[in-house]
Amino acid sequence: MKQSDIKTWTPGTILLAVFMLLGGAAALYRLGAGLGATTNLGDSFPWGMWLGVDVLGGVAMAAGGFMIASLVYVFHLEKYRPVVRPAILTAFLGYLLAIVALLLDIGQPHRLWHPAIMWQVHSVMWVVGIHVILYTTTLALEFSPMLFERLGMTGASRAVYRIMVPVVIFGALLSVLHQSSLGAVFLISEGRMSPLWYSPEIPKLFLVSAMMMGLSMVSLETMISSRAFEHEVDPGIFSGLARMSLWVIGFYFIYKLYALVAGPGIGAAFAGSTEANMYLLEMIIGVVLPFVLLIGKGARERMGTIRIVNILVISGVMLNRLNVSIFGLYRDQASGGAKYFPSLVEFVLSIALVSFAIFCFKMAAKHLPLLDSGTEAKH
Amino acid sequence: MPKSVLVDLTRCIGCRGCQVACKSWNERGVKKTVESGTFTNPPDLNSECYTNIRFVETTQGNKPVWSFVKSQCLHCHDPACVSVCPVAALRKTPEGPVTYEAERCIGCRYCMLACPFQIPKYEWEKLLPIVQKCTFCAERIKDGVTPACIKTCPTGTLVYGEREDILAMAKARVEKGKGKYVPHIYGEKEAGGTSWIYVSAVPFADLGFRMQVPLHALPPLTWNYISQIPYIIPGVFAFGVGSWYVTRRKEVQEKEGPR
Repeated sequence: MKQSDIKTWTPGTILLAVFMLLGGAAALYRLGAGLGATTNLGDSFPWGMWLGVDVLGGVAMAAGGFMIASLVYVFHLEKYRPVVRPAILTAFLGYLLAIVALLLDIGQPHRLWHPAIMWQVHSVMWVVGIHVILYTTTLALEFSPMLFERLGMTGASRAVYRIMVPVVIFGALLSVLHQSSLGAVFLISEGRMSPLWYSPEIPKLFLVSAMMMGLSMVSLETMISSRAFEHEVDPGIFSGLARMSLWVIGFYFIYKLYALVAGPGIGAAFAGSTEANMYLLEMIIGVVLPFVLLIGKGARERMGTIRIVNILVISGVMLNRLNVSIFGLYRDQASGGAKYFPSLVEFVLSIALVSFAIFCFKMAAKHLPLLDSGTEAKH
Repeated sequence: MPKSVLVDLTRCIGCRGCQVACKSWNERGVKKTVESGTFTNPPDLNSECYTNIRFVETTQGNKPVWSFVKSQCLHCHDPACVSVCPVAALRKTPEGPVTYEAERCIGCRYCMLACPFQIPKYEWEKLLPIVQKCTFCAERIKDGVTPACIKTCPTGTLVYGEREDILAMAKARVEKGKGKYVPHIYGEKEAGGTSWIYVSAVPFADLGFRMQVPLHALPPLTWNYISQIPYIIPGVFAFGVGSWYVTRRKEVQEKEGPR
């Protein structure tokens, strides 16, 4: 299928557009009426769905960008060049999603830039903010050749590719620090967060689980876009990604078990409490099942299996972020009698942001040299 | 000279003079309250209420005991809220108070998540809300004047002074009044020590105090991570450059190999 044959208005896109319109209205309502009127947050629950799903999830799903870019530009694994552009675009969209969510979530959106000049190096949140600024800029640079080529500015595109290797290494460094510092945000919650998730290892656990999610995101979106846009992809890419996933999932599995044993003990996961069940659900969906499915002989060649694993891993890591930011703290935060369940506005905006990311991806597939990497192969 | 306060719960009669004094000195408004079945009003601290008295009914040896518990910011020696604030809106002053500069605040509410005592409150009903909490009357302290609530207390429940003197007094009371006081000074070790400390005749757990607070300062938990970053940077960078160099040589060799 040629790029121009991709239809803009399919039933799916119309649905996305409806969600985006609703989300735009929700965002305006939030900006016009304030956080208290539009969300179910409160003094007992200062952080909710926007932080757990959109900020933590958006950033985690972006990890594929630095991984694939590193594989191609740093490790010279040419095989993955066809997916490097979609991976970078996904990362860019993931960060934009997180920034928009952050902008609407903070109480003083017009002061979002304050951390850039009001330094406080003892704050993980400051570290996170600086990384968001630097890495989003880096991703914009990594993404820019697609735009330059579309606009016929080959000189600009070539100039970016000339510095791409150091840019990618810089981006990988920022990603490693940013993924782990998002976990480090929760280090301060000792005594408040359920020991099932609270661990001194949480920064590294965030990094490894983001890598799992990143690989699965790239694999899944390549599967979906290759089918939707009838675009041939070398099956070796999927099995290669699946092989890497198996290693990362295996490592994460052992690491999580270590954190559990070193923390509350294995028994805590089987205590039957809500937290214990959420923990088991997260581990079974995101870690145990994908590991078992991938380890079988020939499993990493079967598209069906890889697709299921991708969906499981993405859901499992999302669940982990929700568990860390909401369910793991819930008992403590609700001890004063308060409750939290996201409001309609919170739901609508979260769905709209994801719709926006999918919509942008599709428009990029139609209008930008996203899925063909021929032009950059020889730079 | 860091200042400190001892709250001797055995002396409080629940008059709530401190609550009123705080409200008028800090020019706090009112919020619609909720009936909670006790005299505690408002039921929790909120953005307009920096301090309140909690009325708690317990029994000791079949006898009912009524306790009156003042809550407000404890002004930790090494506060979690100060360490987590990304824009240094929250600061620990040398005199003891933890102060808040609203003009810097971006409203991320990490302080609310980080506080082990759940003290900072938010102006949820406002369009551009800021964080609110007890200031320990920092400007009064700077001028050498006693904070408003302490000045008002008619029973000597609140004792204000130098940190060392106050802690020594708390220890002496618990030691001398054996049997009367529980052997625990709340705030001596909680969160690494707080400027406001409590002694009580009723176990603190029964009075609704938060007992899961770590007995060490919290900021090192995140600083342990942040302080590693200067070592991670050259590490990842060297790994990246090294991998690029090695894999590139291999690629070149493979290409030029047959020659």
